[in-house]
Amino acid sequence: MAEELVDVRNLGMKYQSPNGEIEAVRDVSFTVSKGEFVSLVGPSGCGKSTILSIISGLLKPTSGSVRIGGEWVRGASRKVGYMLQKDHLFDWRTIYQNVLLGLEVRGALNKESKERVMGLLNTYGLYEFRDKYPDQLSGGMRQRAALIRTLAVDPEILLLDEAFSALDYQMRIAVTDDIYGIIKREQKTVIMVTHDISESISMSDRVIVLSKRPATVIAIHDIKFNLKERSPLACRETREFPGYFNMIWRELDVHV
Amino acid sequence: MFMSERQEPALSRERAEYLRKLKIRKHAILTARILILVAFFAVWEIAGNLRLIDPFLTSQPSRIIRTLSNLYMQGDLFKHIGITCLETVAGFLLGTVLGTGVAILLWWSDFISRVLEPYLVVLNSLPKIALGPIFIIWIGPGPSAIIVMALAISLIVTILEVLNGFLSADPEKIRLVETFGANRLQVFTKVVLPSNIGSVINALKINVGLSWVGVIVGEFLVSRAGLGYLIVYGGQVFQLDLVMTSVIILAAAAALMYQGVVWIERKLMKNPQVYGRM
Repeated sequence: MAEELVDVRNLGMKYQSPNGEIEAVRDVSFTVSKGEFVSLVGPSGCGKSTILSIISGLLKPTSGSVRIGGEWVRGASRKVGYMLQKDHLFDWRTIYQNVLLGLEVRGALNKESKERVMGLLNTYGLYEFRDKYPDQLSGGMRQRAALIRTLAVDPEILLLDEAFSALDYQMRIAVTDDIYGIIKREQKTVIMVTHDISESISMSDRVIVLSKRPATVIAIHDIKFNLKERSPLACRETREFPGYFNMIWRELDVHV
Repeated sequence: MFMSERQEPALSRERAEYLRKLKIRKHAILTARILILVAFFAVWEIAGNLRLIDPFLTSQPSRIIRTLSNLYMQGDLFKHIGITCLETVAGFLLGTVLGTGVAILLWWSDFISRVLEPYLVVLNSLPKIALGPIFIIWIGPGPSAIIVMALAISLIVTILEVLNGFLSADPEKIRLVETFGANRLQVFTKVVLPSNIGSVINALKINVGLSWVGVIVGEFLVSRAGLGYLIVYGGQVFQLDLVMTSVIILAAAAALMYQGVVWIERKLMKNPQVYGRM
């Protein structure tokens, strides 16, 4: 087993509002190893995103703790890169300026980091578009730009929060493949939240199935495919795929 | 995978026809506008000469030109225009800067914003002109009181307009910069302000108009100098020529200042794409 990078222990979260209390997460524990791709799957609104927010340090849990590389998470963690549902590229900034956003905010803008960003833009085919504005790019290119913006701050862990759900189905399949390739190439550890069972199986080494609110861990599955070179699209065509799908489908116990 | 740049291919016949019609229409609109203006002044002049209307009450373009040249000869014309414009610009700048400043403060602290809410509502609904005499007594009958009048009229609207824009900034974009560890100041400078250049500009446009209202009312009350003074004075001595002349100068000056704001807007909107959508 590879080195343990993220340790989530007995996480609990209760939201308070004048109208009452909502328990979003109850006693969730899991670990993620370096280089692993882990998905949290659960019904919509079950508190998956809350778990990601807590791991990133944006949200303080009411109980339990998160450690990344042995350190307690307090406040927005520098080790974490977050990708949200939409690309949220700023339309008043060029692609290059957009990609530098994280470095600017962290005060890490220097010759070296700029060169690294230029390298990323170059590797992933956005170099020629660096002076364009986001609305001059296609949905897939925008997602790439958003990923490079996240990679620019050189995070150890990527958190993907339903990261492709704003795209239409075909685009989503293509972008998933594209982004997966980049993530693997950059050798990042990933925790992804999704309600899409197929997406989670096709991308992950491990799938953590969560119950509806309050989110608790129902099951954890190792996902293994007999493939030489793994890609989300290839996984969807394997013989193992439907088995995983049906198992998780039953565990989620979906009712209309 | 990406959209190509919009390139102009060789024009098709239909396209050329369409563009020609577009051009004709543009010229027609401009011609009609000029004709309306010319016709208005011509009818005004002729009706006065034929005594269909009484130029003593309605004035007349020729009389306005005479009044203009008289004012110019006396050396008063630019003094009055200058003082009014100066007061308006001062009131406008103060209103914009202070209004935006207070809006930033209220955005920053939800607590202060909540505390001040009822006061803002009352101040917003209060006709600020009612405060005119107070300003004159406190500050003295001069340009300062007039500027404060203009400020009073434009300030609250600016605050509310700009604050509204700030509060409508996309929470997901704010979350995005927070994932990079942004503090409140960075959230403001990286997301809230740049995504709200539009609402700040809109506030500027409203402000220009309101500053003129404030300044003219102020000059009515103070009655020392300026276009507002000329209008009130002309009314009191029954010189409608003077009143009409001042009103026309006022219209021209106000339109010019508005165009100035539009010009600033173009400069600020660096991304033509964004500008095109607004």
